[in-house]
Amino acid sequence: MGEKTGKRVREASRRHFLQAGAALAGGSAAAGLGASRALAESGNNLPPNVPDWMKAPGDPMGSQPYGAPSVHEKGVVKNISKTLQQYISASGRTPLQELDGIITPNGLFYERHHGGVPTIDPAEHRLMLHGMVDRPLVFTMEDIRRFPSQSRIHFIECSGNPVYTKPYGKTASDLVGLVSCAEWTGVPLKILLNEAGLQPGAKWIVAEGADAAALTRSIPIEKCLDDAMLVYSQNGERLRPQQGYPLRLLVPGFEGNMNVKWLRRLKVVAEPAYSREETSKYTDPMPDGTAREFTFTMEAKSIITRPSGGQKLNGRGFCEITGLAWSGHGKIKRVDVSVDDGKSWQAAELQDPVLARALTRFRLPWHWDGAPAVIQSRATDETGYVQPTLAELVAVRGLNSFYHNNAIWPWRIDANGEVSNAQA
Amino acid sequence: MRRLDLNAALLAGAIAMIGVNAQAEERFGIGRPATPAEIAGWNIDIGRDGANLPPGNGSVERGRTVFAEQCAACHGDKGQGGVGDRLVGGQGTLASPKPIRTVGSYWPYAPTLFDYIRRAMPQNAPQSLSNEDVYAVSAYVLSLNGVVPEDAVLDAGSLAAVRMPNRDGFVSDPRPDVHNH
Repeated sequence: MGEKTGKRVREASRRHFLQAGAALAGGSAAAGLGASRALAESGNNLPPNVPDWMKAPGDPMGSQPYGAPSVHEKGVVKNISKTLQQYISASGRTPLQELDGIITPNGLFYERHHGGVPTIDPAEHRLMLHGMVDRPLVFTMEDIRRFPSQSRIHFIECSGNPVYTKPYGKTASDLVGLVSCAEWTGVPLKILLNEAGLQPGAKWIVAEGADAAALTRSIPIEKCLDDAMLVYSQNGERLRPQQGYPLRLLVPGFEGNMNVKWLRRLKVVAEPAYSREETSKYTDPMPDGTAREFTFTMEAKSIITRPSGGQKLNGRGFCEITGLAWSGHGKIKRVDVSVDDGKSWQAAELQDPVLARALTRFRLPWHWDGAPAVIQSRATDETGYVQPTLAELVAVRGLNSFYHNNAIWPWRIDANGEVSNAQA
Repeated sequence: MRRLDLNAALLAGAIAMIGVNAQAEERFGIGRPATPAEIAGWNIDIGRDGANLPPGNGSVERGRTVFAEQCAACHGDKGQGGVGDRLVGGQGTLASPKPIRTVGSYWPYAPTLFDYIRRAMPQNAPQSLSNEDVYAVSAYVLSLNGVVPEDAVLDAGSLAAVRMPNRDGFVSDPRPDVHNH
């Protein structure tokens, strides 16, 4: 490297350092709709001046062998509470209000694990398939990748997203950030089951993870023979460790923890395991003291992500309302949006393609007149099911049901444009 | 409901056909046979009826010692909870405005306790306890809840025979349960 080039590289590094500092300084305002951009402006790079980044070459090829977001996007990270009791069995949320489209970037996909994130050597990972099968089998990761592959776009959502009790979250991520969506690649589970040969009486498959919780859930055989997959890739690259590297069970539309990560074992059985994670946890308590068990499917739900809690409108005039809708029962049929506290509703436009058991982006053009308003969205799926209000849910399930809260969530916009949780 | 039943019947029919087709498909011959020894090492799940519980036994007395050494730091010396879940008490609270869900008040099957302790506890060293110590800790936690006597010694047969207070507290999924349109 010549002296002149070296100097340029050093200057480029210094420039990036300064830009990173500016981005961090503006980070607290990053939730605003465009406000952070204004804060970072010095004027030197604006017309009619020639911007600094045009006056010298940029970073050389190879400076980032695996790309990372712009230094100006450092504030867009997983939403992880700083006050959890512990961080081994814990969750981190997707910053839904910062994202566009329907695909969640792999680094921002929500996380929930029950015994930490294991570091697994794929060369020493095995999947065992046994129980009520003619041929108990062991597969290497190379074996699994030899089977015919399939790619499908599906959401995964944690069943407790959010709970029913206050305090309710401030942002869209606080409220429903335990949902994400990706293109998954792997092999249909039924292909492996055919390889082993199901025996008569096989009704469930117990799936077990190779993590420190050896997390165990029972999956009905109907789902296993329908759209369940064993996935090894997410959005084109191998699964992240947080998402189950090297192998994960995918059961589209079912609650998150049934999509068992770090999958090491499938045992075909006649009845469920009644594991801790399907009795003591992930059962839905009711006001009469009973609890619902095997509540698998995530019902239809939607949330406005922009404008949403913690953001601020830039002023009256055009303001696109956009958000996400999804249903574990299939495709989203329609999303209605109200801008008058639920008095009237308008159909939002759904972004194509609308896929079964995938996030669906909706948009509604709106003109904010500067008056306080309450905005909210309501999803309807292809079964005709309509997303309920929180009051309607609580009337049936009480406040302690914990899981499967799919309530409509309204945002309040005050006269100065600040957006907050209307039910907080 | 009639329509839902019809849909369920159609779905079941479709699934049955998928199953038949899967069985009829050609195999790829990928993967190798799992040996009995390999299966034995990994086949750790315990049925709610105690199926697959290993030989051995453990006493409440031994469990008190193991619990103090391995569990109390997170769950409290009497299972009252801490960083880890509360394990004791709460019977009779499930229908109240502040239900307390513990092993004693909520868990429907005692063998699940053995299964979970062995596979996942203690959190910093799962699958490190001997089967005898897992029986013992299970017995101790059950005795703290008044489910077994303080002089109990549990093995595969007696653990499976324990009837948990909330055994019949679970119902199947009735959703869609909210009728809003």
